[in-house]
This record gives sequence, structure tokens and C-alpha cells, in this order.
Amino acid sequence: MTPNLYDFSTLTGAIHEWLSGMMSPGWVTFTELVLIGLLFLLFFALLGLFLVYLERKVCAIIQNRVGPNRVGKWGLLQTIADLIKLLIKELIPIRKSDKFLFNLAPFIVIIASLMAMAALPFAKGLQAIDFNIGVFYVMAVSSLGVVGILLAGWSSNSKYSLIGAMRSGAQIVSYELSVGLSLLAIVVFSGSMQLSTIIESQADGWWLFKGHIPAFIAFIVFLIASTAEINRGPFDLAEAESELTAGFHTEYSGIKFAFFFLAEYINMFIVAAIAATVFLGGWMPLHIGNWEGFNQVMDFIPSIVWFFVKTFFIIYVIMWFKWTFPRLRIDQLLTLEWKYLLPVSLVNIVLIAFLVLMGWHF
Amino acid sequence: MTEEIIKDVIIGESEDYIINVGPQHPSTHGVLRFEVCLQGETVKYLIPHIGYIHRGIEKMCEAITYPQIIHLTDRMDYLSAHINNEAVCLCVENALQVEVPERVKYIRTILAELNRLASHQLWWSAFGMDLGALTTFFYGLRDREKILDIFEESFGSRLLHSFVMPGGLMHDVHPNFQKGIKEFIKYFRKKLPEYDQLLTGNVIFHQRAKGIGLMSKETAIAYGVTGPSGRGSGWSCDIRKIAPYSAYDKVQFNECLETEGDTFARYQVRMREMHESLSILEQLVDNIPEGDYTAKMKPIIKLPAGEFFQRVETARGELAVYIVSDGNKSPYRIKFRTPNFSNLFVMNTITSGYKIADLVAVSGSLDLVIPDIDR
Amino acid sequence: MLSREELTEIIRGIVPEAEFPEGTQLTEAIVPAGKLVELTEKLKADKQSAFDYLISHTAVDFNTHFMAVYHLTSTQHHHLLVVKVKIEERENPEIDTLAKVYPTSEFFEREVFDLFGIRYKNHPNLKRLFLEDDYGYPLRKDFKDEVNMIER
Repeated sequence: MTPNLYDFSTLTGAIHEWLSGMMSPGWVTFTELVLIGLLFLLFFALLGLFLVYLERKVCAIIQNRVGPNRVGKWGLLQTIADLIKLLIKELIPIRKSDKFLFNLAPFIVIIASLMAMAALPFAKGLQAIDFNIGVFYVMAVSSLGVVGILLAGWSSNSKYSLIGAMRSGAQIVSYELSVGLSLLAIVVFSGSMQLSTIIESQADGWWLFKGHIPAFIAFIVFLIASTAEINRGPFDLAEAESELTAGFHTEYSGIKFAFFFLAEYINMFIVAAIAATVFLGGWMPLHIGNWEGFNQVMDFIPSIVWFFVKTFFIIYVIMWFKWTFPRLRIDQLLTLEWKYLLPVSLVNIVLIAFLVLMGWHF
Repeated sequence: MTEEIIKDVIIGESEDYIINVGPQHPSTHGVLRFEVCLQGETVKYLIPHIGYIHRGIEKMCEAITYPQIIHLTDRMDYLSAHINNEAVCLCVENALQVEVPERVKYIRTILAELNRLASHQLWWSAFGMDLGALTTFFYGLRDREKILDIFEESFGSRLLHSFVMPGGLMHDVHPNFQKGIKEFIKYFRKKLPEYDQLLTGNVIFHQRAKGIGLMSKETAIAYGVTGPSGRGSGWSCDIRKIAPYSAYDKVQFNECLETEGDTFARYQVRMREMHESLSILEQLVDNIPEGDYTAKMKPIIKLPAGEFFQRVETARGELAVYIVSDGNKSPYRIKFRTPNFSNLFVMNTITSGYKIADLVAVSGSLDLVIPDIDR
Repeated sequence: MLSREELTEIIRGIVPEAEFPEGTQLTEAIVPAGKLVELTEKLKADKQSAFDYLISHTAVDFNTHFMAVYHLTSTQHHHLLVVKVKIEERENPEIDTLAKVYPTSEFFEREVFDLFGIRYKNHPNLKRLFLEDDYGYPLRKDFKDEVNMIER
């Protein structure tokens, strides 16, 4: 059933064999690690720049504006100009701040989001590590970022930052539950935590369609909760501009600020990618049951295109949220999680377990 | 504000967590500082500190002539600049017993309503921003631009136009004036529902605004909170109804009252006032009488000795001008009772006990313009 | 809405020594400093006058004396009244606060204190509002600032 078209494993396999022919197995692993690391760093930087550009264009369209249009064709180089500006800006030292933690915090945030990327399946055969507990790993690692945010807020010795960090802590700890439970829904459906297995299980249709209403509910809950987890509007209380000026990163400048900024966008990409992978089939093309002809036509579209189209669709939805909704208040935010999302997801899990037990899903 | 609170703040002995909101803060809309005492996220009390933009307008006015004063009044509430101008002009005309031509009255009223609309549009934009809905800003400013274009065409300036002079207008309006306004009314009638779609019906917005910053009618009267903020508490305080000036006695309009007294009520009052302003414009724009654009005035305006008082309704509340004249060409003493001054000091009463995010919402709903407080 | 005569009558009933200048735009009453709080309290409580809203409070410097001016109105009847208090003392002018009767008065009084140097007895928080503590009292006619002031 699964097509062999555009399979990246042939490419990666070829590289592996070529390297094996030149050096000992230990060195091969080392070289591959370095290569993958460099590739990810490059991808990370480019993706961050592109997402910032995309957000500015999307928000411009929503707000009846043109958006960046001066630097390069359609303003494509605008974010590169911004990056150069951020790189040459002064790093303002804060008196009475905890210097070590202050400097460490941006790295924790950015490393957490970089680590989460390792397990993402970008296309068929294009995945750095295929953990057997992939979903669990991604969730665990992506929630590390909050440590960096808390450190940033605490160490900068600013009251605004501290409030922002505390809000962020409460928010992420709460919403972690809903994110976990909604992902668990699909884990129950597919019977595996391995991301590649979850994708394979969607070869005859995405879980969003196969899983009846419970999967749809889980998807909605995941979208809301993950938007909250990455501190984006309407849940951007940690940096609520009109209340706390910039929240936890008020005191940061230059490239350290850029790290927070970049991490926010990469996190958005990660949650969108997870949503795409788990609910929308990842790189798996759109297949409908037994329609052989239709499925084969769909297979002609490369898997990497499928993955990025789905991911960017969800990124667009998350951006859409931010630019239309007002911000929630902290108590409303926690009410939403503990009184609505969490009970809903718990009931949902029970429903799904029942469905799977009776074998009623496709 | 009791004695011990002040002691605590200055000496710093208390355990209170005090943050300064302002003087440079995105949601104070100007250089205003709130000293906010927090308990967790909850506001315990709040002390406003003002004077960052105090220019001594009242002192300056004692040395300049009445036509010159007009230009200073623009700089108080710059968002309802025309209505400020009109207040001084009405007071001077009242003192001199000058009857201005009908045409002037109509044009002044039209301009005042256009200015009110522009002000409310900007308020709506900024209020959405305060609550985190960033898109409102561009919707509001898009439509405000149309009004400013009308102003620019007739007076050459967009914001502070000082177009009204004692006795009438600086010069006649542009021939396109009526046409421009009619086009604007048609345009804005179509665009106003968009405001409701984007913000008014939003569930999150309802949660953020309803029941927040409750101000009873008694509180509003006691603190002198006028304008849409006072009317949101059910206090019928519209000077246009109580003591009609210019052409307000010739038009039909409703005073928008809400009784809840919360942030959402103040929001609703302003939204409804936009509709009312449009309807006033519709009634006036076709009926502007022909005639002179100014009454005959002496080249040097000298008020008779005495005291003169005039109240007008700006976009934010009641502006009262009190002139003490000793018969000279400049006033002996001039006092501007500005709406924002009184509206500001109710903040402590209506925000204590709410969250810090509500503080932003409430100060947004009071629609404070800081130069108007400091003068 | 009470007419000028009726208002005069009511005020005379409370403060017999009040003066009523003729030929003014609004109804005016000049009352002694000691009677101000009593007068306003009674005018506010009286159902007929019901002066519950203090529009503005300010002062005027007449070189020889200060005049504290209160503009009152009623939210039901919409009649206007100007209450004036003459303060003869120039060195250390003092007057009773109206903060208990009209809370909004607290801040008008702080403004007047800031710009005229008139002290308010029993004021809850008499601090300068706009200017620094060592600045003069700019709205007094004898205030001099060679650098920043425009002369008449």
C-alpha cells in the first residue's frame, strides 16, 4: 500500500554507505551526527527567518496592510535585515541581575526547541531519530523550554519579567496536561508511540477522519492547548504587551532577545508539525479507503510537500488566532484549562478507549 | 488613599509588591504613571502620578490674546481638538454677546461630531490593542483616515486644526466639504458593522469586559466621571442635551445610556455614540445654510470685566471653560475643567480588587488622554 | 430647575451673611470660609437644590486676596451655582477641604494647592500634583520665572 515514490531513505542510505566505505563505523556515526546537527541548525535559522516573514505577511493581510515589501522581492529579505540588526545590537547588561542565569536562559529555551525537532518526521525516510517513544519524547523535551522562561524572568531582576515568568510557568504546567491527553487519544488509536508507526497507521486515512468525533475533539483541544503552551496569542500572557510591556524578555536585547523570538517561532513550527503528524497523517498523502485511483494520484505529490503544506496550514491557523482574538486574563486562562479542556479530554480518552476496544474505528 | 499607605510607599517598609505602570508603558497611552500595589496578580490599590506633560497652559493663557488661546486648547485633548476650540469660542462669544451666523453653528456642530467620531474610532482601536486584539488598531485607523482627509481638505491640517475662531470660523469650508462628508457617512455605515464582528461579539472580549471595573452612578457623580464613561454608569450627563450649544438644539439624537457601569457598558456607549454621531451628521450635512462664515468682530477682542463659564461635551466628557476677565485683551485667569482629569482619579476606586489585566482594560475604557489631564 | 431668586433664598436660609453679586452670568454666592462645608453639605442634601456634582474647583489670585471658586450643579435639576470663598491671607492661605462632600474635590484641591499654594485643612492627601516640591506657586500673580514665562 505504501508507495515508494520520493522515499528519502534511498538518499540517506546512499550517504550512509558512501561514508561507511571511507571510514570505521564509529567515525561514520560521528560524521553523521555532525552533518545532521549542521543541517538542523541551518534549517532552524532559515525556518525561523521564514516564519517571522510569514507571520508579518499573514498579519498584514488580516489587518488590511501590505506588510514588508521594501527589502528584496516582496520584502523577502526583510527578516535577514532584521537579523543583522539584532546581531549588531548592544547586549545591555542589567545591574543586580543574576548574570549566569540571565545569559543561560535564552540557550535553554532554544536548545529545548532544537531537541524537539530531532524526532520530527519531515518526509518518508527523513527523520533524524525514530524513537519508539517519539510522542513522549517530543512532549517531554518541548516542555523544557519553560525552565528557560522562568530563569529569564527571575534572573533579570525586573518585576514585570517576574510576573511574566510566573504566568508562563502556571500556564505551561497546566496546558501540558491537555496537550498530553489529546496526543494520547491518537496513541490509543494507533497503538504506538512511535511517530513512524503513527504515520503508517494513517495510510488509509488520517486519524482526524478515521477517529470519528473523539479524534476531532482531541484535535481541537490540541490546537488550543498547544497554542497556549507556546505562549502565543490569545494566550500570550507571559509577554502580554499591553500589561507587562514584554513579560519575561523585557530586559533582553540584541541576539539574546532574538533567541527567545526565534524559539517562539520554532516552537510554533514544532507543535504544528506534531499536529500535522499525529492528526493529519504527517507526510502521508491524503488517502481515502479503497479509492485506488485517487490514492495513486495523491501519491505523486512528494511526501515532503504534504508534510510542509499540512504544517503551514496549522501554523496559519495559529497565526489567525493571534491576530483576531483579544488576550485572555490569567484566571480565565486557568479556568479554561482546568474546568473545560481537561475534563473534556479525560472523557474523550475514555470514549476513544471504548471505541478502540469495540473496534468501531476504521 | 490613607495616610499609612502613603507612608508605606515612600518609606518602602511594607512587603507590598509595587510596580510602576508608566510613565513609559504601552497601555497608558501617554506619559502617565500608576503606582500599582499587587498581591499576586490582584491590584490592592493604585496611585496615579501625573504632571509629566504639564505645560502650564493656564498660566500661558494669562499672557496671550483670545485668538491665540484657541491654538493652545488644541494641545489639551488633542483627539477632540475642535471641541476644545469651540468651548473657548463659545465662552468668548457669550461674554461679548455676539450672535454667530447659522452657517457657523451648523459647521461647528458637524465638525464636532466628525471629531467625536474620529476620537471614538481611535479609542476603539486602542482599546482592542489594550485587550490584546491587535487587528482593531488598523481597522479603526483606516476609517479615521477618511475623517482626517476631510479635515485636511478644508483646514489644511489633520489633527490640531484651530479652525474655529471667536465669532465664527477662520475661513469658509472647502466646496467639497458636504460631498466628502456624505461619502464618509455612506462608507462608515458599511464599515461600522465590521467593528462589531471583530470585537463586540467575541466571547473572550465579553469575558474580559463584562463585570470589570464596576462604577456605580453615585461613584461616577461623586468623582465627576463624565462623558461616555459616566453614561456607562447610567448618569445622564450629556451637555449636548442638558445645555445645548451650537446647532445641537436643531437635531434629533439619543443620549446613549447603559446602566451596568462596567467596562462593557462604557464600550457599548461609545459604540452607540458612533451611530448617533452619524445620524447627527446626516441631519445636518444637507441643511447647512448659506451665509457668512464669521460674525463681525473687532480686530482686537477684549472681554468685558467679569466671569464667564461655558460647558461643552467633548468625546471624553464635560469640558468647562471658566474665564475671569479684567477687561483686557487677555484673560486675567482661565481655568479648563478637563474631562480626563476627573475621569483619571476614579481609577483607584474602580480597579482595586481586580486583576492587573483588568487595570489595562479599565483604563482603556475610560479613554484617557494624558495631555488633557496635565494641561 | 430653580431660578436665581429661589437659589438665593435657599442659600440665605443656610448662610445669612452670604453676598450675592449682581449682573453675573451664573448665580453666585460669596460665603465666609467657615461656612463652606456646612453650606455645600446642606445644598447637597436638600431635595430641592440637590447640588450633588462639583463641576470644577479653582482659585483666582486678585493680588490682594485669593478667591476659591466652586462650580456646582445638580444632576437632576441642572441648575448651576457658583460658590466663592474669599481668602484674605496671602502668606499662608488656608481653607476647609470639601473632599468629604465631593470626592472629586480632593484632586481639584491638590491642583489648586500645587499652583496657588492654598492649603486645605483635613485634606486626606495634600501633595503637589504636577510640579516638584520646591517649585514656586506659578498661578500666583507675583510668581516670577525669568526664563520660561511670557509676560503679558
